Amino acid sequence: MTTYLDFEEPIKIIAEEIEKVKTTGEKTQVDVSKTVKELEKKLKDTTKDIYENLSAWQRVMVSRHPDRPYTLAYIDYITNGTFIELHGDRSVKDDKAMVGGFGMVEGKSVMFIGQQKGINTKMRQYRNFGMANPEGYRKALRLMKLAEKFNKPVVTLIDTPGAFPGIEAEERGQGEAIAKNLMEMSQLKVPIICIIIGEGASGGALGIGVGDKVYMLENTWYSVISPESCSSILWRSWDHKEKAAEALKLTAKDMLHNKLIDGIIKEPLGGAHARPEEAFQLVKETIQKDLVKLCKTKSDKLVESRIKKFCEMGVIEEL
Amino acid sequence: MGWFKRIKEGIVTPTKEKKETPEGLWYKCPKCKQVVTSIDHANNLWVCDACQYHSRIDSEQYFSFLFDDGKYKELNENISSADPLKFTDTKGYKERIAETQKKSGLTDAVRTATGKINKHTVVMACMDFNFIGGSMGSVVGEKIARAIDHSLRYKIPFIMISKSGGARMMEAAFSLMQMAKTSAKLSLLAQAKIPYISILTDPTTGGITASFAMLGDLNIAEPNALIGFAGPRVVKETIKKDLPEGFQTSEFVLEHGFLDLIVNRKDLKTKLSHLLEIFKK
Repeated sequence: MTTYLDFEEPIKIIAEEIEKVKTTGEKTQVDVSKTVKELEKKLKDTTKDIYENLSAWQRVMVSRHPDRPYTLAYIDYITNGTFIELHGDRSVKDDKAMVGGFGMVEGKSVMFIGQQKGINTKMRQYRNFGMANPEGYRKALRLMKLAEKFNKPVVTLIDTPGAFPGIEAEERGQGEAIAKNLMEMSQLKVPIICIIIGEGASGGALGIGVGDKVYMLENTWYSVISPESCSSILWRSWDHKEKAAEALKLTAKDMLHNKLIDGIIKEPLGGAHARPEEAFQLVKETIQKDLVKLCKTKSDKLVESRIKKFCEMGVIEEL
Repeated sequence: MGWFKRIKEGIVTPTKEKKETPEGLWYKCPKCKQVVTSIDHANNLWVCDACQYHSRIDSEQYFSFLFDDGKYKELNENISSADPLKFTDTKGYKERIAETQKKSGLTDAVRTATGKINKHTVVMACMDFNFIGGSMGSVVGEKIARAIDHSLRYKIPFIMISKSGGARMMEAAFSLMQMAKTSAKLSLLAQAKIPYISILTDPTTGGITASFAMLGDLNIAEPNALIGFAGPRVVKETIKKDLPEGFQTSEFVLEHGFLDLIVNRKDLKTKLSHLLEIFKK
């Protein structure tokens, strides 16, 4: 059963019509292939039209689409089932909202790390909705250090509504855990590629987001705060989330325009959830292409240009 | 039946004979309600003598008592905010900046300077909470980055006094990236083995805690400051329970292992110079 977002209503209508025509065709043994073909073209055009003109808020909705593929699905496809998940931060516990481990990409070992959301109600709770605790960030760092030790590149897949704001998270130093990652990632001696595959909320996203290349999938968002929270702080209600989404300039296009990311990875027609395998393939191609280049670069050069890139971010006026 | 009886009804002093008390002559501690003169309060470094409550003070005040003879040279004071996102909420961001600058006399939420602390030359950055909640946008990030560059160039210790609600929303992802920027700069300082002392004051939350404030070789806090990643209101809304007493105070954060020391503001200068001495000898 496909889930449609409210702005996808025209797509839903056509899709249902196609189904209806097909069933009628089967029942009455009348050749409906021409009608179906026409409708399918209409479906494609409508989808294209809608997806090319999505507002910032609509993209936020797509990034949270319940059918959207999550980190482990990407890793599984990209590593062709060779992924070995590694657990624990060696200090407190294993955070289920943050996953990581080695996998092979075209015969080469790569360390994959990312936030993981749950695919159903039970799993969503198990994964804490993709909101990592400090041990998640520490696990991520441990795995990055492991990759560095054996000279393996790191790929992070980012998809989180934020770092978890709970009592234990505060007790165990959520701020310190993220801060340390920012500092360590800027000095990591192996290539790092970061890809926002869903939600990129604030420090929780950035905590595994300092890389030589930072990409966003076409229908994702990345900012300092979610549109809802921004709306509730600035306008004291959640009703202005559309306006907040526009104001925050959080889409991939805006982020690239502001030079805060290095590129956009296109999504298949109708979003990554419509054709997950195509999305996985596009992400895989990007990773492969970059790894070839980055793995040839000397590590001190890599670190130097990574730091330089982040240090150039920001717009100021000298009086 | 009372022991005393009011003989005259109501207030009988005529309005024109009423004595006005000049504003700002007295300071009343918000915690223990003790009243002292503002001069005594300032002489006591804005700390309540009775209950040790630390009033929030600004960069000018920190610089005045931390630097020898209150003398320092400000760095990059002429950097101001642009409005890269043309951000407008209830007010335009540009307008908000201009108004805040006028009201506070500051250019943005951090000031950076070099000077001496008991003869030890240092670079010091100090945040101003009364400039949009001390929030970090491009200017704060850039000024801190340049202050660290100064430390690197002249091989002098870096001291950062944090006092901020977090990243500045009106610069959205630009603000977020300042966390990466400042942390990356600090990594260079660490590589060069130049000491970095982070001083966390009330309040230090959000993106500040999740970047430079927690990255000191030494993390020092003033007593009873609010220090945390998520604000207490957000935590409360998330867990839907009351927060334990003393949650996210300096003392709480020290108990959980994220601070080296809690230092009373009155001892801060002495303590800093002792620590700088240790790094030197």
